[in-house]
Amino acid sequence: MTVRPTADFDTAIDAAVSIGRITKKFGDVVAVDNISLDIVDGEFFALLGPSGCGKTTTLRMIAGLEFPTEGSLKIFGEEVGMLPPNKRPVNTVFQNYALFPHMSVIQNVGFGLKMNGVAKSEVADRAAEALEMVRLGGLANRRPSQLSGGQQQRVALARALVNRPKVLLLDEPLGALDLKLRQEMQEELKGLQRELGITFVFVTHDQEEALTMSDRIGIMHEGKLLQVGSPEQIYEKPSNRFVADFIGNTNLLEGTVQDAETVCLANGARISVASDHPAGTAVAVSLRPERAVIGKHESSGNGQTSVNGVIRSVTYLGNAVVYQVELDWMTLEAREENRTSVTRREPGQRVSISWNPQDVAVVAE
Amino acid sequence: MTQVLSHPEEVTPEFEKDAARAQSRRGFLMALPTFVYLGLFFVLPFLIVIVYSFATRNRFGGTDLSGWNFEAYRKLGDSVVRDILFRSIWLALITTIICLVLAYPFAYFIATRRPAVRNLMLVFVMIPFWSNFLVRNYAWRVLLGNDGPVSQLSEVLGLGETRVLFTPVAVVLGLVYGFLPFMILPLYAAIERIDLRLMEASRDLYASGWQSFRRVLLPLSMPGVIAGSILVFVPSLGAYVTPEILGGAKTTLLGSYIVTQFLTARNWPVGASLSFVLMAVMLAATLVYFRKGGRTL
Ligand SMILES: Nc1ncnc2c1ncn2[C@@H]1O[C@H](COP(=O)(O)OP(=O)(O)OP(=O)(O)O)[C@@H](O)[C@H]1O
Ligand SMILES: [Mg+2]
Repeated sequence: MTVRPTADFDTAIDAAVSIGRITKKFGDVVAVDNISLDIVDGEFFALLGPSGCGKTTTLRMIAGLEFPTEGSLKIFGEEVGMLPPNKRPVNTVFQNYALFPHMSVIQNVGFGLKMNGVAKSEVADRAAEALEMVRLGGLANRRPSQLSGGQQQRVALARALVNRPKVLLLDEPLGALDLKLRQEMQEELKGLQRELGITFVFVTHDQEEALTMSDRIGIMHEGKLLQVGSPEQIYEKPSNRFVADFIGNTNLLEGTVQDAETVCLANGARISVASDHPAGTAVAVSLRPERAVIGKHESSGNGQTSVNGVIRSVTYLGNAVVYQVELDWMTLEAREENRTSVTRREPGQRVSISWNPQDVAVVAE
Repeated sequence: MTQVLSHPEEVTPEFEKDAARAQSRRGFLMALPTFVYLGLFFVLPFLIVIVYSFATRNRFGGTDLSGWNFEAYRKLGDSVVRDILFRSIWLALITTIICLVLAYPFAYFIATRRPAVRNLMLVFVMIPFWSNFLVRNYAWRVLLGNDGPVSQLSEVLGLGETRVLFTPVAVVLGLVYGFLPFMILPLYAAIERIDLRLMEASRDLYASGWQSFRRVLLPLSMPGVIAGSILVFVPSLGAYVTPEILGGAKTTLLGSYIVTQFLTARNWPVGASLSFVLMAVMLAATLVYFRKGGRTL
């Protein structure tokens, strides 16, 4: 996040949502801990993190359903931190959909427009149009209880989007759907977002969902925002140990920084890898299983970009084979695509694990 | 059970039919004492009341069961009876509305507390039931009496002498006090079942706090509103004890009038016909409740 001079109004407006040093406490529980974040207009932004890390609380503060204990919250440059939800140009797709059970589908969708004082005939037209958009035109007069989970999900989406919010907030909207439907809805959501150009803030604890759908991801942990970046940045260049471990699978080789080019591993081996941590910092070298290259055992072992070990187990996944390789001080996971050209290895075989220096990342706590 | 019964007859295997029949027979046997009780002490007296309402009062204050006629019902059109009827309905209505207005926020408050706090508050609501209804009404008489705390307070505040006792205000006060729990409990039960996240959703969809109440909470809690209103309106309409103790001679209500017809005026047919009309009204109200609200409550 860049700090802008206060007089510079124009540039501040390009952020759809601007969160400045926001903290939210519930009694003694710090649910959100001093978060700063700019969400760009038109982007698909995912908030990702384990259960209880504060994703929902952050989203609810943007919606106005929760008020920050400290900090500022702007939507398109306008301070909204203390405005009630009905005064904010945002709408929410709730995790449980929260459809009104006593209203028909079309009444649900038209509710926001009606409350906004839109003329009756226009409410009807726009609600019908929104239902068409989510391909539910034929179910306008049903009650929510007469719909399947996926259909309810679409109604919730139409009910929010029909208001043409500047920002759409989605709290694990696909959490209750089965895998197939979920993948379908992922594409549909992404398509809608591109088509409408509305900023989406999407909360999920499913990393695959976040990686495939988002322009940028914010990783949260224990109320803190640990890293913000594109899916590639998050995966390739995790800024700390938690992110490296949380996103995808990785091997963390413990060690300490020796100098800008070298990390000394727990077993004494010095490997060459660039890092900007000061010498003496306890770090881990993150090596993704698919970047670990299995080779012939080398009696010397160059020690700088490879280590020696013994294969403990082989797991056949169909499209890939996963090896657990035992080193003297830890076990590494290595993954090979299942091509006919690669030779399958057997448990007990002595091998070397090597990598390209640019394929590993140094992460601290 | 319902599954079995919902099958078309011809596809239900014979033994299932037998089982269903045996089960319903067992159910009937278990309910038999209640049937007998209700039959003896409710249905039979009710029939007797109906019979008497068509009978004739003789010159000596007795009742002749021979000459059937509608005379008693015709007498209900008298302005005296009509006034009493309207006054009773009016007071019952006011009582119901006041109870509703007082109980709704309170029920909402209870329903949104933590379970432990909730149970404690429900116990508080029910505490008045631990002492006798009659005793509590007499307590109000003391409170509202000429030298009671209420009039003393009003004198201290310089509001002059207030005469609440033996006025319709005292009756409504007593009725509200007596029947408020009957409004709170069904309202609480209805609100407690509502997913309050729906209120957040409506706020998110640009509804103000009032609109959220009006469009979401109120319609969803309607079963409780209807149940509570009937539970307060019906006994208020037929109230006897409270108007007798707190009301003055000028505020005769239906209950007192019926008693007078039986005991003092010795006009049983009129007392009976009025009782019957009252019960018919209550029955109708109860049916409305089961139609509209009871289904989902
Ligand atoms: N109303 C509340 N009162 C007290 N504590 C709360 C409240 N809401 C949230 N918390 C706490 O704040 C923390 C963050 O909660 P939050 O719901 O934001 O997590 P989350 O990231 O959405 O988790 P999940 O993935 O399980 O939905 C948790 O420790 C939670 O217990
Ligand atoms: Mg959550």
